[in-house]
Parts: sequence; structure tokens; C-alpha cells
Amino acid sequence: MSATSDAALQAAPVQKARGYWATVGRRFSRDKVSMVCAAVLLAIVLAAIFAPWLGLADPYQGSMIRRLRHIGTPGYLLGTDELGRDMLSRLIYGGRLSLLIGILPVVLAFGIGTSLGLLAGYLGGAVNTIIMRTIDVFYAFPSVLLAIAISGVLGAGVVNSIVSLTVVFVPQITRVAESVTTSVRNLDFVDAARASGAGAITIMRVHMLGNVLGPIFVYATGLISVSMILASGLSFLGLGTKPPEPEWGLMLNTLRTAIYVNPGVAALPGVMIFAVSICFNMLSDGLRSAMDIRN
Amino acid sequence: MLVYILRRIIYVIPIVIAVALVCFLLVHITPGDPLVAVLPADASAELAAQMRAAYGFDRPLPVQFGLWIWQALHGNLGTSIASGRPVLAEVTQAVGNTFILAVTASLIGFFFGVFFGLVAGYFRNTWVDKVATSIAVAGVSVPHYWLGMVLVIIFSVWLNWLPAVGMGPGGWSWDWAHMRHLILPAVTMSVIPMGIVTRTVRALTGDILSQDFVEALRSKGLKETQVFRHVVKNAAPTAVAVMGLQLGYLLGGSILIETVFSWPGTGFLLNSAIFQRDLPLLQGTILVLALFFVFLNLVVDIAQASIDPRIKRS
Repeated sequence: MSATSDAALQAAPVQKARGYWATVGRRFSRDKVSMVCAAVLLAIVLAAIFAPWLGLADPYQGSMIRRLRHIGTPGYLLGTDELGRDMLSRLIYGGRLSLLIGILPVVLAFGIGTSLGLLAGYLGGAVNTIIMRTIDVFYAFPSVLLAIAISGVLGAGVVNSIVSLTVVFVPQITRVAESVTTSVRNLDFVDAARASGAGAITIMRVHMLGNVLGPIFVYATGLISVSMILASGLSFLGLGTKPPEPEWGLMLNTLRTAIYVNPGVAALPGVMIFAVSICFNMLSDGLRSAMDIRN
Repeated sequence: MLVYILRRIIYVIPIVIAVALVCFLLVHITPGDPLVAVLPADASAELAAQMRAAYGFDRPLPVQFGLWIWQALHGNLGTSIASGRPVLAEVTQAVGNTFILAVTASLIGFFFGVFFGLVAGYFRNTWVDKVATSIAVAGVSVPHYWLGMVLVIIFSVWLNWLPAVGMGPGGWSWDWAHMRHLILPAVTMSVIPMGIVTRTVRALTGDILSQDFVEALRSKGLKETQVFRHVVKNAAPTAVAVMGLQLGYLLGGSILIETVFSWPGTGFLLNSAIFQRDLPLLQGTILVLALFFVFLNLVVDIAQASIDPRIKRS
């Protein structure tokens, strides 16, 4: 018996089953919409990072004699703003702050929310009650109201708007993390780890984190779109970035008065926010369906 | 059912208290003196102390919180520092205006959301589905304050069809002179719930169509239109619940749109409270909006449970 099965085993070609993440990656990279969105985002991010080396006009240098030039004016590809500053340059430089204040809160909330959710879900009992009931209180505020209330109280500023948005997203991520953790914690492999003497921290870090991180990550990527809109919205209200920094929401605010003179230029910063936000949404959707291996 | 309602209400009480505490603390961790806005720059120390005592800012925080809650329970949210009017009166008027806007936007968003969602779910993976889901994604991704500007550019600046700001002369009434002011902000506001409802209803329709009872209906010989009616019936409770919550988000998140259109609602009030550092007004507005949101959540939960008995048991 053993002889035949050994022979059969040796005859069989060595084929390692592809891992879960490798499969997801392959499915994801085959999704055309996701790849286009990824390319657009990459282009915007790279342009923002390498802006000083792109040979752009000074984004702070205004001029009273060339205010509100139209899109396509020679020398000013995308026109100039209400103070005569080059729009193309300001839009590209604007990506630095806009992306930072849009993405960083989600990254921070991802770290904090995952930790809280993992703790609450794994330990259960009183810890769970304390964490989750506190989260419930923050859920009692509509997210835009909460963000604006915190920002309004802390005052305008980049750091304050990042803090307020982080506070908005932590409860949402914690709730997802907690429910995923709870569903994983009673599975056999966790019991096995516990039976083999692993401590709570080891179990959470080694055995559970890998299983809960995927769904939380997908959820968080979906939040980036909301975060971009809210972060620029705070600047739009005058609660985020301060002038003369180039930032899309703030630019939209200062150009509002120009909609009668030069509507094309006035609408440009919003196009950037829209593009980034829709790309993150599409990426998140693509990632979600790539991870749904059953289909 | 009554037991369920009571249980839900009891569960809400600690949340309401905690919400009030958050509103209170939020404003009292503020850096800076709350009286800066009203006191003249050269005010004497005595005058400052007098004002502080008048507004109760000189007492310890827990006492202030207790007094604030006690007063709030009696319908007194204090006096606005900037305008000198009672906060409750200011908030009530603003809530009314925001309500007009948010409810109209919800109705528009719900109508189109359900329509697109049903069509997309029913014709899944066809071009119709692709168009509808693209509209939905655009709806949830668009910075609505920018969309508002774009609509103003098109319909006010270029076509000169609709007014760009305000809510019309005098108080609100449902006539054309006022309603033409409502169209642009309401349409702008409706895109978010439209996108979310579309996504929800599309997923729901897919789920329902894959259930056995649909197969049974078809094999019974029902026409496709009749099957469709069953799908709508099954999707309705969840869609209404999602919309109920969206209405709450719109009421609380109207500030950006109200700023773009100078709509005199709660967002507008919040904006001036923040920039004039009018703490009683800020506190009162946030509290009223948050409590309204909690109340709306409660209503949605109870309504859902009364339609779908499975919810009560969990």
C-alpha cells in the first residue's frame, strides 16, 4: 500500500497551490478599471512628490496683471487663479497637502481602530463592553458634524484637521475590526494555538491579525474617498489649511468668488478631489471583488 | 413588540447622556477664553469676572455640566453670545430650514436610488447595470460642495434659470418664488443618498433574485412584471431603513452645502458659531443635531422591527 502511494506521489508533478494573497493579487491586476485608477492615482501622487523637479512655475508667486487667465492661455496651460498664480503648478503642488490630510487620518485610524477592535473582539467581556459602548457614543454623531465640530473647536490647521478626521474614522474601523475578530476567535485554529500554550498577544499578532487584516484593509481603502472629500471640505470651510498654501479644498474656496469671471478655472480644484476620490472608491471595489474568491 | 421598543429606548438613554457629555466637553476643551468674542479688548478685570459669572464659566466643570443638562431638560440651551437671542430659538428656526432641504434631497435621492438600484440589480452585468453603478459611484465620490458650485455655474451663471444663493424673500412657503431657491441645493445634496441607496438596492435585488421563492413564483407561471413586484416588496424595508439613516446624515452634514448656497439652516448657524466662537450656540446646535440623529436611529430600528419580525429576536 505504502509502496504504491509513494510511487504515485513521486510521479505527481510538484505543484504548489497558489496562496490566497497571490490569487487575490492576480485577480486584482487583471481588473482593467482598478489598474486604470491605480495608474491615475500613481501619476497624481508622483507628480505631487516630485513637483519641485518638474519645472513648474512658483505656486506662491502671484501677479496683479495676470489674474484669472483662462484655461489654455499660452504659458499658463490651466490658467491663473484670483491672485495670478499658475493653476497647473498649484494643482500639482496642492496634491501634497490634499493627499496628506486625506490619507493620513485613515492610516492612523486603521492602526488605532484595528488595535482596539482586535482587543475588544479577542478579550471580550468587560474590555469589549467598555470599548464598544464608547464607540457607540461616537456613532451617535453624523460623521460630517463630528469632524466639523472637532475642527471648529480645535481651530483651523493641518494637524487639527487630521486629528478630527482620525477621531471620525476610528469608531468605524474599530466596529469592523471587532466584528471580524469575533467571527474568527472561536475557529479551530485559534483554539489549537491556545491549546498549544500560546499567549494572548501571540495569538492576536501571529494567528488572528493575518485573518482579520484583509477585510479591515478593504474597508479602510473605501474610507479614503470619504476622507479626501471631508478633508478638503474642512479646508473649503476655512477649518483646514490656511492660505497661501496650495490645497484643493482651500483653492476651491478662494476661487468661489471667481465663478462669474472664470468658471472653468474656479471648478478645477474640485476636479482633482473628484478624480482622487472616485479612483480610491473604484480601487476599493476592485479589491473587494478580487478578495471574494468564491465568485 | 412593546418589550422590544422599551428595550431599545432604555438602551438609548445612556447614549443620550454620553452624547450630551461629549458636546459639553468638546466645547470646554477649547483653547482660549469663551468670552473673547463679547468682551471689548480693553475690558476691566471686574467686567470680565462679572460676565464670566453671568454665563456660569466661573464654576467647576461638573457643576457647569449638571446645570447645563438641567437647563436643557427645561428647554433652555442658554443665550447666544453673539446675537443675545436664546439658543433654542435660533436652533429651532435653523433646523426647520435644514429640514426642508434635507427631506427634499432625501426624497429625490431615494427615488432615483431605488430606480437605478432596481434596474441595475435586475439587469445585472449588462450595460444598464454598468451605467447605473457608475452613476452610483460618481454620486458617493463627488465632493458635493464642488458639485454645488458647478451647478451654480451652469444654471445660475450661464443659463440664468435658477438663483444661486439664499432661500427666497421672507419666510419659507411652498410657492415657486421660494422653491426655485430649493432646487439646486436639494439636487446637490441628493447625490450622496442616491449613490448609497443605488448600491444597497442593487445588492438587495441580486440577493432576492437568487432566492428560491423567486424560482417558485416563476414556475407558478407569474409574469416577469409580477415577479418584479415581489422583488420590490422584499427590498423596500431595508431601502427605507437606509434612507432613514441617510436623512440623519444629511441633517447633520448639511454645513458644506448650506455654505455654498447660503442656505440659512443649521450648517450656516454652526459655521457662524464656530467663527464667532459662540460657545453656547455651538454646543446647543451640535447637541440638537446629535440627539435628532439618535432619535432617527431609534425610529428606524423600531420601524424595521415592526415590519420584519426576525429582527426582534436577535
